[in-house]
Amino acid sequence: MTAFMTPPTMPPMPEPALLTNPSAQRRNPLLLVGGVIVALIVATALVSFFWTPFPTILTDTDHLASPPGAGGHLLGTDLYGRDIASWLMVGAQTTLYVGIVAVGIAAVIGTPLGILAGMVRPAWSEFLMRITDIWLAFPALLMALIFATVFGASITSAMTAIGIASVPSFVRVVRSGTIVVMNADYVLAARVAGRRSPAIALKHVLPNIAGLVIVQCSVSYAIAILAEAALSYLGLAGGPTTPSWGLMLFQGQAVIAGDPLLVIWPGVAIGLAVLGFNLFGDGLRDRYDPRLSGR
Amino acid sequence: MWWQIVRRLLIFLVSALVASIVVFVLLTVVGDPARTALGTNATPQALAEMRLRMGLDRPITTQYLSWIGGMAHGDFGTSFVTQLPIGPQIGERLLVTLWLVAGGMVVALVVALPLGTLAALWHRRVAGWILSGLSQLGIAVPAFLAGILLIAAFAVELGWLPSGSYVVPATDPIGFLKHMVLPWASLGLVQGAVLARYVRSAVLDEMGQDYLRTARAKGMTLWRAVIRHGLRNASIPVLTVLGVQMITVLIGAVVVERVFVIPGIGSFLVDSVARQDRLAVQGIVVTIVVISLAVSFLVDTAYALIDPRLRRR
Repeated sequence: MTAFMTPPTMPPMPEPALLTNPSAQRRNPLLLVGGVIVALIVATALVSFFWTPFPTILTDTDHLASPPGAGGHLLGTDLYGRDIASWLMVGAQTTLYVGIVAVGIAAVIGTPLGILAGMVRPAWSEFLMRITDIWLAFPALLMALIFATVFGASITSAMTAIGIASVPSFVRVVRSGTIVVMNADYVLAARVAGRRSPAIALKHVLPNIAGLVIVQCSVSYAIAILAEAALSYLGLAGGPTTPSWGLMLFQGQAVIAGDPLLVIWPGVAIGLAVLGFNLFGDGLRDRYDPRLSGR
Repeated sequence: MWWQIVRRLLIFLVSALVASIVVFVLLTVVGDPARTALGTNATPQALAEMRLRMGLDRPITTQYLSWIGGMAHGDFGTSFVTQLPIGPQIGERLLVTLWLVAGGMVVALVVALPLGTLAALWHRRVAGWILSGLSQLGIAVPAFLAGILLIAAFAVELGWLPSGSYVVPATDPIGFLKHMVLPWASLGLVQGAVLARYVRSAVLDEMGQDYLRTARAKGMTLWRAVIRHGLRNASIPVLTVLGVQMITVLIGAVVVERVFVIPGIGSFLVDSVARQDRLAVQGIVVTIVVISLAVSFLVDTAYALIDPRLRRR
């Protein structure tokens, strides 16, 4: 829910939301708005693979720091004469790429760990929770700064760090969902029928918590975007020529007195992307679990 | 109740210890600190000398124990990059960051308490929607971005406030305040918008309780009853969020200090990362992590003090 990290002790949320009710078909403006924003960003990133108004490496020396429209530059150019619209478009690639890898790492490690924590004996479960508590004290930004020191500042080290830092929130969410499933009658029936724990985890738990995992992916995605923006603002993600929104903010701030638009564009892009993924996640949660809606 | 506090204290101490081991392993054991300090062009001989100077020839446990033992009395070691002692710098800069975080939290509370309470008392629907919108916006705009936008508006366009740098409060209190308004606002407004949502939901929960109905039956107005009785009870869930937010603000301050050129612990961290100064990063990260763990511990303990129901367990 918050920037850069998921809370160590979550505020009192209602019952672990088991997302088993996709039939709750009602109009959901959050899901729609979030979905449209996310779709727009994905589309922008995809288009930018094949076409941008100008190449991002082109420095148009006739139009340095020019206002929107000048010389065919839709949103103007930056201090070096680079086309802002093109940089924004390719910046969407960077954001999505970092997000996908980071969330992928978190989900692939966090989901099995969470299921494990939900299925083992309470004492072990408690122990695993203590570990996630400590893990949570290393939010994405801090982890990324450690990785940048040890492995050097690069996009790879940034997204790996963000992914590892996002694992514990998956563990927590998945564990609470798993506990609910494990108390269900059909799991008891499966046990009586002689099914072993790995099979139960795969056949019963995983399908039933899939919704939870998807919601958590969306939430973590927003956090990953924020962390990436902060890191590239600090100059600790990609190099100075890799288009990214955070880097644009940094370069724009240097000339903020001359042209505030240079920080407004990437700022709006970051805000919109985070808003999109957050709304999308909230919308999914509402859709799957009506108990939580209206909160 | 005392047993509860002791138990939590023990958990905190063990967590801090484990966290320090993790930080140590990541920053001293992984890779080659000597090469990080000297760069890739270093000769084998220089590397060997550096390893000896850094004490990397000693067993890992000895290295860890001497590091943590030194920190216990304020000695964080001397940087192999800047040749400066790390501990005093952390202390000096932590003070600056604490000013920043404290001010940010005050702004957040000043925004959230009235806003959230009003939203609960007033027209649930409309106020609720506006508040949800505001807090969504708050989550979407990270503090450092808010800071840059505030600079664009209040420092550049309007010219009311300075766009950055830091003034020591003891020498020039007015200048200090002037320089801190924008950083405080950028950390606090965003968190305040998020917090308001929790305040609203906590107050709404209390409004459905029996004791409030009793208070109203005795002739209290809804407002009075909520302010006199409801807020104290509502403060319990809000306190948790507040603790979490304080940690968020502390981490957010790392980047915000960069935006406003404030010489806090966050700037020190980012500079040290850029210099690949492993020992400094190690000390700063441990400091930040232990502070976060301590905040969680204090929040947990404060619970028991506020709510007698939680004491007996």
